[in-house]
Amino acid sequence: MAAIKVHGSPLSTATRRVLACLYEKEIDFQFVPINMATGEHKSDNFLALNPFGQVPAFEDGDLTLFESRASANYVAHEFADKGTQLLISGSNKEVAVLELWKEVEAHQFNTPSSKVVWELFFKPFLGMATDAAVVEENETQLGKVLDVYETRLTQSKYLASDNFTLADLYHLPNIQYLLATPAKKLFESRPHVDAWVKEITARPAWSKVLAMMNQ
Amino acid sequence: MALKLYGAALSPCTSRVMTCLHEKEADFELVPVDLFAGEHKQLPFLAKNPFGQIPALEDGDLSLFESRAIAAYVAEKFKETGNDLIRHQSLKEAAEVKVWMEVESQQYHPAISPIIFQFFAAPLQGYAPDQAIIDENTEKLGKVLDVYEDKLGRTKYLAGDFYSLADLFHLSFTYYFMKTPCAHLINERPHVKAWWEDISSRPAFQKVASAMNFGEKGN
Repeated sequence: MAAIKVHGSPLSTATRRVLACLYEKEIDFQFVPINMATGEHKSDNFLALNPFGQVPAFEDGDLTLFESRASANYVAHEFADKGTQLLISGSNKEVAVLELWKEVEAHQFNTPSSKVVWELFFKPFLGMATDAAVVEENETQLGKVLDVYETRLTQSKYLASDNFTLADLYHLPNIQYLLATPAKKLFESRPHVDAWVKEITARPAWSKVLAMMNQ
Repeated sequence: MALKLYGAALSPCTSRVMTCLHEKEADFELVPVDLFAGEHKQLPFLAKNPFGQIPALEDGDLSLFESRAIAAYVAEKFKETGNDLIRHQSLKEAAEVKVWMEVESQQYHPAISPIIFQFFAAPLQGYAPDQAIIDENTEKLGKVLDVYEDKLGRTKYLAGDFYSLADLFHLSFTYYFMKTPCAHLINERPHVKAWWEDISSRPAFQKVASAMNFGEKGN
């Protein structure tokens, strides 16, 4: 049995963030499905893994983590020598640029993109009504963020450097859902962002994450 | 050459970075950015942060923004001096610090930030604080603080029995929060309250707290 376990849901954006990292690093792991429809993520067993009652939770032997970005970051460091290099090595100055774009994902991209994904993908999926005002407000906000990305991606092949890193990977789950909605127009109208989106969503490791839906 | 931090002494995000700089005993120069004149939304500042927000940091040829990334850089660059904020000698401890840094980012900040905005920023824009927004977010924050109360009953600080960047990241927004009528959320949870009193009394934070007087009469 693998020492690494991910407790989560194949539909969950945060779960996918950790899975993407594990597939990029070519690490064996055990996936433990959590049935969110029955509230399993709020059960005592799961709360012992993540007191915030959110998927995913992550285990490596006796280490238990939660928060997908912290878990993925741990994997990228612990298994630095395996699979895809997701970190920037070198001087503190060079590493700082990676940390910066990870923060941009967390504090600029994540909130408006998550709101649009919820309104345009998950609500219809769950039989709930979309709130057009929320969509408009957050698409506008997301558009401003993507304008900054468009400029950045003329200077750099990927967000933090000329190589794919954790900063790009963290965007994959929300980008994938946005592509299944009319909000994909926000990418299509920005050529460098569009090329970057196509590139990172075509990565084999990401395809393996999506294939888990079929299991 | 000293680091240059572009920001404002009363801004919680700028203070987040300054607290870290003081913990590491690092020399820096605070270059004021005139928020009321909209300096942060124009060139040349936009060249330092295309999102038009303070703070930004310059270290020679390196230009950074996002206060948490800047603080993490400072903690790494000066890891051999001052207080150990990142547990760099233990990957497991470092990972625990990262978990609680993410918790601040993803759980704590989204709940506390709108409350700060309603009490401090909305009046400047001519609006009374929106009680519905305050109530919604105090409820969210209360649930987060319940988790903190439990954790801090088991470890002295968030990531373990050691003060870390994860605790530091909470200081500046919580400082403003304690000036609002919602401060009871902290005070009525004994472990959280003891943690807050401990971390906010650290000399490095006391140095920046004295300038955090946003919204007070005379400013």
